[in-house]
Amino acid sequence: MAIDVKIPTILRTYTGGAKSVEANGATLSALIDDLDANFEGLKGRLITDDGSLHRFVNIYVNDEDVRFLGSLDTQLADGDAVTILPAVAGGSR
Amino acid sequence: MLRLSREFHDAIVAHARQDHPDEACGVIAGPYGSDEPTRFIPMLNAARSPTFYEFDSADLLALYKEMDANDEEPVVIYHSHTATEAYPSRTDISYASEPNAHYVLVSTREEQSTEFRSFRIVDGLVTEEPVEVV
Repeated sequence: MAIDVKIPTILRTYTGGAKSVEANGATLSALIDDLDANFEGLKGRLITDDGSLHRFVNIYVNDEDVRFLGSLDTQLADGDAVTILPAVAGGSR
Repeated sequence: MLRLSREFHDAIVAHARQDHPDEACGVIAGPYGSDEPTRFIPMLNAARSPTFYEFDSADLLALYKEMDANDEEPVVIYHSHTATEAYPSRTDISYASEPNAHYVLVSTREEQSTEFRSFRIVDGLVTEEPVEVV
């Protein structure tokens, strides 16, 4: 099972500069574990210490934000496309 | 240093004035690796707030797909502060995650004049840079 994962500029230091990589997993959570096994440290940039998705990143499965799909429990299938993007946000406080 | 055209400078200020007292935000994309802002893309502030801004998640994906297809990157990421100075807040710094981008902040707190400043924000470190309008 191969899932194409698009990596944003800020995280390409973990993937040796690669813009996209292949990974495996039946759920988003499993996929992130698989990514971390190959690109150590990546998981810590996506998931907080208490195990939830980091608010600084958006993850999409086939163009749907996973926050609307089941977050880390989102089911994945062969051929799915995952995109990771940094959230663009801020404020005056 | 950030070099940008008078047209883009004025477009950012106009967007900030138009959305005041809410924060305005957007991007100027440019060819990957060129450091040259060439395509002005005002974005909706999904938070519609005077103290916070965020790109809508679907808009963000569409923007990055478009830039990817054009071999572009965000050269400028701008937003406004509407009651405070044009300097990155703690929230701005924690979210900043484009190491190649110029983070432009404008302040619309004064009615007659608009502060316009540019920063690099890398690994939580803020460095102000000169802005040259050409």
